[in-house]
Amino acid sequence: MSDVSHPLIEAIALRRSFAGKAAVDGLTLSVAAGEIYALVGPDGAGKTTTMRLLTGVLRCDAGQVRLAGIELARQPDEARAHIGYLPQRFGLYGDLTVDENLRFLAEVRGLRPRDWAPRSKEILDFVGLAPFRERRADALSGGMKQKLGLAAALVHQPRILLLDEPTSGVDPLTRQSFWQLLIRLLRQGVAVLISTPYMDEAARCTRVGFMSQGRILVEGSPSQVTQDLQGRVIELLTQADRRVIHWVRRDPQVRDARLFGDRLHVTVERGAAEAVIVRLGDMLAMEGVHVASARVIPAGMEDAFMELLRAEGARAEQSPLAGKGEG
Amino acid sequence: MQDAVVQTEELTKRFGDFTAVDHVSFEVRAGEVVGYLGPNGSGKTTTIRMLLGLLRPSGGTGHVLGFDVVDQAESIRQRVGYMSQKFSLYDELTAWENLGFYAGVYGVTRHDRWRETLGRVGLAGLENTLAGVLPIGWRQRLALATAIIHRPTLLFLDEPTSGVDPLARRAFWDLIYELADEGVTAFVTTHYMDEAEYCTRVAIMHHGRLLAMDRPSQLKRSALPGIAWDVSAEPLLEALEALQSTPGILRVGLAGDHLRAIAQPSVLAQDLASEMARRGCNLLSAAPAEPTLEDVFLALAGE
Repeated sequence: MSDVSHPLIEAIALRRSFAGKAAVDGLTLSVAAGEIYALVGPDGAGKTTTMRLLTGVLRCDAGQVRLAGIELARQPDEARAHIGYLPQRFGLYGDLTVDENLRFLAEVRGLRPRDWAPRSKEILDFVGLAPFRERRADALSGGMKQKLGLAAALVHQPRILLLDEPTSGVDPLTRQSFWQLLIRLLRQGVAVLISTPYMDEAARCTRVGFMSQGRILVEGSPSQVTQDLQGRVIELLTQADRRVIHWVRRDPQVRDARLFGDRLHVTVERGAAEAVIVRLGDMLAMEGVHVASARVIPAGMEDAFMELLRAEGARAEQSPLAGKGEG
Repeated sequence: MQDAVVQTEELTKRFGDFTAVDHVSFEVRAGEVVGYLGPNGSGKTTTIRMLLGLLRPSGGTGHVLGFDVVDQAESIRQRVGYMSQKFSLYDELTAWENLGFYAGVYGVTRHDRWRETLGRVGLAGLENTLAGVLPIGWRQRLALATAIIHRPTLLFLDEPTSGVDPLARRAFWDLIYELADEGVTAFVTTHYMDEAEYCTRVAIMHHGRLLAMDRPSQLKRSALPGIAWDVSAEPLLEALEALQSTPGILRVGLAGDHLRAIAQPSVLAQDLASEMARRGCNLLSAAPAEPTLEDVFLALAGE
């Protein structure tokens, strides 16, 4: 059907503007079979627009999308047949049962009963909804609804899954089982693309692309994208208030300081952690602030993302309308 | 306690057979930023609605700013700020008109107060912008402005940063801390484990019950039965099964491309390596990790 060595999802130099403003601005990414890739970025970064360009719901102004090796612009139906899409708010019919919802969605997909009927049992087993086939969608828990959404996205055996914030608002136990499902799909060779504003979701993926203003600034595995910051994040346990933050930020080797309840996270220049810990300890002691502990902690995705946006000069203070796109 | 601004005792709400909030007792003291953490459906919003006097408790008592939630709800609502989950903004009204609507509800007529409030949430200059065209992070700030226009000393924020990115979330929390420095108490519900890290104390809710309430750093010390590990191994699902039956491993779960385990302190990396090898798995790395509130939640909520 298509070259196995091809990435299943390929986006090359995608561009799309709305009213003269670029929402997606030269975006290139690829996701191979068995990979799960997270697109993360602030509101208006272009994540949703990218998703829509990949599904073909929106057309690109320039660039190319290939799905399972098939060019979306030339053979839209063939290319889209490979996609399973789980939007953030998917439409389920509350007064229809699990089975009826699945049948409806299969028929919308153009599948014939003899193709999907045997498969629907298999999928419901797979997502753990088999015992609930006769239950009305209204009576499902949030986690079960989400699994039904995933089942619906899988009904035609897609090789590509596009998931929009799949586990937000779900309890950690349900999230565990959702991820087990995804990993089984990955092992079957499915390629998964997730769009999310949540760093803890992105940290679970094999690769991450940080998006800002329509472009991917950095991509790599979670450990690759945080590598540059390792050894540079200090945690101070103190009765921190805003005065402490201001003092800490005045240190010339401190790049950033953030308050987390009873803790302060301080990002410092490379190689400066030990010196800063000593200096801040002395300074805070002189100011009469008790520091219960100060140590270097592993840098997380959120630290890396903040640092990147700072370097990029993209600030929260920028005009709220400047970054407003469709994504 | 004298300075408790919120106090509940055995607060309970039943809807038919379903107990949404189940004998919950806690206190919030003046100046605290308290996180009320739990998945969707764990009873967070129901608790807030009872504290605001919008829902009548089935049992137990609640006091807010010294007022009883059943008999003195009106007094509570005049004095607290409330930002609801789907913040009640009118898309077709401007930022100024939205603020004006809530200012009118609270009898705040002075326009300089309106201007000052918009300024403090960083929306000065956007008075004439329609709420509907503001990005979500800015809508949330406008919603906060409508909740603080009457200068309440206690704020209830129901999932305030749901759906916003880390930058906007951080800006929002900077505002909360600023208010806290001025003595405002904040009670914040969230289902994001990492967002609860911003709070000075966190209450963990599950199935309507309050499982624990303490500082995040204290919860990580006291509520975890062992040490957190990050384990990378191939193949992942087989490695998960192997660890599930390894002696000394108290809990193990998937964390994306690796496994997260809670192990008794006696467990060493070499124990994990030999167990993996015995099961035909390849251990790539195993290292002690920083505990998270998700580890705490999973430990408390059980399996």
